[in-house]
Amino acid sequence: MVFVVLAIFLLNGLERDPNAMPSALIDRPVPVFSLPVLGDETRSVTEALFQGEPALLNVWATWCVACRIEHPFLNKLADQGIRIIGLNYKDDNAAARKWLMDKGDPYALSVIDARGRMGLNLGVFGAPETYIVDRTGTIRYKHIGVVDERVWRDKLLPIWQEIQ
Amino acid sequence: MHRVLTVGSFLLLILAGAGSVGAAEDVQTFSSDEKRQRFHELVAELRCPKCQNQTLADSNSPIAQDLRGEIYRMLEDGKTDSEIVDFLVARYGEFVMYRPPVKNTTLILWLTPLLLVVIGIGVLWRVNRRQSMAAQPANWPDGVAATAGSSEALSAKEQAQLQTLLGESEQSESGDDKSSGGVER
Repeated sequence: MVFVVLAIFLLNGLERDPNAMPSALIDRPVPVFSLPVLGDETRSVTEALFQGEPALLNVWATWCVACRIEHPFLNKLADQGIRIIGLNYKDDNAAARKWLMDKGDPYALSVIDARGRMGLNLGVFGAPETYIVDRTGTIRYKHIGVVDERVWRDKLLPIWQEIQ
Repeated sequence: MHRVLTVGSFLLLILAGAGSVGAAEDVQTFSSDEKRQRFHELVAELRCPKCQNQTLADSNSPIAQDLRGEIYRMLEDGKTDSEIVDFLVARYGEFVMYRPPVKNTTLILWLTPLLLVVIGIGVLWRVNRRQSMAAQPANWPDGVAATAGSSEALSAKEQAQLQTLLGESEQSESGDDKSSGGVER
């Protein structure tokens, strides 16, 4: 009896992602910020960026290996007209600009979070992470890790369509 | 999701019990020893969100370093411990706490040990009762079974024997007391 209960319990655990964490910021507004724009550093933007139009907020960096894998798919999404705001997280500006030059720039714009304070307020703990933000600037979903065709179709797209 | 949280926390509670020594160190100068003390307590109690089996004190991951930096800043700003924990919970969720709060989703976590103790006591009691019930009349010789029961069951002769034995041991004990007492004093 005890064995059966334990077996069911543990078997259940096998199918779970041990790194899955509930995000504390779901259904909360994008944190207040005022940060410079990559490639136009004298200009700074605020959370008002997320008002009026739904967007993906993608946390990326040139030091992030998985971002390299993710990048082509982000380009694809951008080609489909999806608005992606980049958060260039704890990165080197010159390296980041070169990255976008070489690989293409899927971002409507990238915000520079050199010291990671914005990332901290967002509850970021690694790159890449992708947030779905609705037109009121409210975070609706958070995906940790690479967004690819499958993740997009199964997890992000349904929510994205819902907020249109 | 809540079940993941509960199950995960349960396992982590076990791991946390194993204890760990702070490995990662930043160079920080505190304005007071009291703040240093609180810093070390906080980072030992909070969990690195990236590397979930380590505390903030143990982890050398960039995010743990950032969070330590943030905790340091907040301490120096005069924030209280609970303000700091709330700040992190608001961003990273209750996952960052190694000591989860008591609420519906964590009730199983808090009650399971209690339940196990109760079950354990129940099992012990039953095993004990079954043994004494089964073993007594069947296997033991009459005299032994009777003595196991109570002193009333002793015969007059046995009582006398017992008294003699007790008397002897009391005498020798008091004799010992005298000699040992002499040595000690």
